[in-house]
Amino acid sequence: MGVARMAIDSEVLVVGGGLAGLTSALAAARAGADVRLLSHKRSTLRNASGLVDVLGYAPDGEGPLVDPFETIPELPECHPYRTVGVETIREGLSLFDDAVPGYRGGHTDRNALVPTHGGTVKPTARYPASTAAGLASDARGTLLVGFEALTDFDAAHAAAHLEAAGVPFEVRGVTVRFPGDLRADAGVTRYAALLDGDGVTVEGRSVSVRKALAERLKPHLGEAERVGFPAVLGDEDPAGVREGLADALGADVFEVPMGPPSLPGLRLAERLFDALDAAGARIETGNPVVGYDAEDGGGSDAVRVDRVFVDKNGAKIPYAADQYVLATGGLVGKGVDSDRETVGEPVFGCHVPHPEDRYEWFADDAFGDHPFARFGVETDGDLRPLDGRGNPECANLRAAGAVLGGYDFAAEKSGSGVSIATGYAAGRSAAEVVA
Amino acid sequence: MSDSTEPAGGGSDPRSGGDSSRPGVPETGTVDPTETDLDPTAVFEEDEDFDLRPGADSCYKCSACDVSCPVAEVDDDFPGPKFQGPEQWRLKQNEDDHGIDESVMDCSNCMRCDDACPSGVPLSQMHNTARGQYVDEQMSRLSREYVRNRVLANYRVFASLASAFPRLSTAVLNSWPVRWLNEKLLGISGEREFPAFATETFREWWAARGGAAASRERAREARERRGESGADKKVAYFHGCYANYNTPEVGRALVRTFEHFGYELVVPEQRCSGTPMFANGMLADARRAAGVNVSSMADLVAEGYDAVASCTSCSMSLRQEYPELFDFEGVEEVASHTFEAVEYLRIHEDIRGEVREADVSGELAADFAYHAPCHARNQGLDRQAVELFRELEGAAIEDVGDSCSGISGTYGWKAEKYEKSMAVGAEMFEHMETAEGETGMTECPTCAMQMEHGTGYEVRHPLELLEAALVGDGDGN
Repeated sequence: MGVARMAIDSEVLVVGGGLAGLTSALAAARAGADVRLLSHKRSTLRNASGLVDVLGYAPDGEGPLVDPFETIPELPECHPYRTVGVETIREGLSLFDDAVPGYRGGHTDRNALVPTHGGTVKPTARYPASTAAGLASDARGTLLVGFEALTDFDAAHAAAHLEAAGVPFEVRGVTVRFPGDLRADAGVTRYAALLDGDGVTVEGRSVSVRKALAERLKPHLGEAERVGFPAVLGDEDPAGVREGLADALGADVFEVPMGPPSLPGLRLAERLFDALDAAGARIETGNPVVGYDAEDGGGSDAVRVDRVFVDKNGAKIPYAADQYVLATGGLVGKGVDSDRETVGEPVFGCHVPHPEDRYEWFADDAFGDHPFARFGVETDGDLRPLDGRGNPECANLRAAGAVLGGYDFAAEKSGSGVSIATGYAAGRSAAEVVA
Repeated sequence: MSDSTEPAGGGSDPRSGGDSSRPGVPETGTVDPTETDLDPTAVFEEDEDFDLRPGADSCYKCSACDVSCPVAEVDDDFPGPKFQGPEQWRLKQNEDDHGIDESVMDCSNCMRCDDACPSGVPLSQMHNTARGQYVDEQMSRLSREYVRNRVLANYRVFASLASAFPRLSTAVLNSWPVRWLNEKLLGISGEREFPAFATETFREWWAARGGAAASRERAREARERRGESGADKKVAYFHGCYANYNTPEVGRALVRTFEHFGYELVVPEQRCSGTPMFANGMLADARRAAGVNVSSMADLVAEGYDAVASCTSCSMSLRQEYPELFDFEGVEEVASHTFEAVEYLRIHEDIRGEVREADVSGELAADFAYHAPCHARNQGLDRQAVELFRELEGAAIEDVGDSCSGISGTYGWKAEKYEKSMAVGAEMFEHMETAEGETGMTECPTCAMQMEHGTGYEVRHPLELLEAALVGDGDGN
């Protein structure tokens, strides 16, 4: 064997590059800790809608909730919000508001109602400025615009859905061809690049995309005072694209958040990484953390994580820190994994409580109340994962985000808020230990 | 974080039996859907090639790859990585009349899709095999495109001839008649200037300096100076073509820096890493080159050497593409013992500590506009230079963003791709112009060409700055 490998050191090591990992790294770095964030792939935030919810529905389905902060104290004990408490949730959101420019909603505790590409209305605590003119609480008449080849957004269908939901405004949907000769399956970044840029060739001459698009829409505008587009309005300069379109149309312009891959998600990821970079953190993306070494905590204390191993094409590279944060996501993000026998947490092997009989993991009704939706690690009050007997797995390991159990983020619309609140709490706590 | 970076699981080779054991790391007992243990019912005909079905099945069509593709962002004729990979793979399984779509030749092989996929689909492996099949079965050996691509892919052959008369070659290649003929006859863009050939190749310098024996002596002295005794510090340098024929200063910087840390170097027999051959579907050429490289590196790995590269595409090739595409004896061992040079020092030495204590003066005391090559990004190295040098006194470094430079090796040299290449690069050029520094920095030789071409900046390699910061003048040549 060659030369011994020294572990690559930092004070706080965060595993996972989603919203929880980024928030915890940011909280720790801003508290003065020497922080490193490791992410296997590019951030999953790039697939997120860009909306930041806190709590849209109560666990019993009541909602949409007007004020999440009124319901949070009534959540079950096992909910991560109960673990960290309302004050910490507020502090986490303040960190987000401070770090991420171009978001709205921080002026109030109340949920905003943002129309989505399916024509539903999503209760959300924070939303990108690009969606601000589209809020469902606004009574102005609305035109939704879809593009022929962009099948993820059917404007007429979304408009009919919104109408059926009883929104307090007139809404119509129209589908037009996007100017230029795009492929039938062009990606959202292609639309965005064209809208960012100078022009496309239409019938042999170069025209401004924004102007050409506005011209196509004018006959459809009618009484509408605002126009909603699928979220492809610019990558480099979204505000400029909206402004250009609004000027040409004589109406306000907004984006309707879309499914993955999502430009608002991409923009949010970029802003958070910029904030993390500005806070002096180190960031590595591209290789997975696959295991760890533990050391005795001394006496009756829990063991400590000594180092984790990053797999680089078969080489195991050690990374060491004083404190660790696990933010690898839930069942979809692979932070929680299962086979036919068991459910587990793959990096540190943390205990994930689940019924022994796998037929009890799910409900028979597809949209029923599935136990698996709440699978995840259980923690103590300091977010340290607990083993099967209720003791911390490791003294210096905290968990944040969807890897936590005890809540159903999809039903509650609480995924972003839990990631921000627990990420903030875990990062701050880790930084306090190393201070 | 449970799935490994080994695409198609289990090393992607059906003959490997899907062994996922990871020596030295606790088994986690979880299931990776991309691993081949399940032995899915054989729907498609057996064939001798790598089984890419598990990879294709892992794609849930989220299109994250398409959004990360720099070519799809500017080229309305390019269907993107999702089509080139899993969709095309399925299409050609059961329909005899489905050849490979010619658009696979428009993929620049930047491999960003690999990094974007949340589901472990081995996209670049699928593109490489599809491109190889297309060139093999559907491209005429007599076509201008084939001849041109073969010439570009085999840069090393031409570089070795040209460097026999370096000054003359540089002048002739850059004369207008030759550039005009290249464009008209071969379809090699006349817009670009050929890189200058060095008057002394890296290997000539290495030999004149005393080769491995001299290196052993210098490393021993350095270890003595550092108070390290008997350390088994040995690395084999994979210089690739460019550091040998065009930028030997990068190779010299690597040698001096490693010796400064007490490492003995050897410079084994080697061919092109294969990167330009993969990108042009010349898999037979790539296999020949890789065979030589793996056999010479595997012997050294067995003797306790690790391989280090100064070019991030070379290290990418040895680490990822070789085990994905070839089944040579020792290919996995070479992959797991290959590193990018600065990465290797980060893993094995307190390089951060030394850089923090150091300062740099002279011509490298500058502000650098740094661009991370796509292939560095895939190895997790995109922030390495910035995070290291931001703590170095006397120099400043600024990341010019995460866009692709657009040249992607041979892609931007092709006449019909030149404009797309420049359109992809536009964002980087703009960020370079707005950055403080007026000297570029990157690990990749062709990214460096593009940076220079788009901005006129001189472009340096991180190893040159590291050498200037850490290695005293007294270390001689």
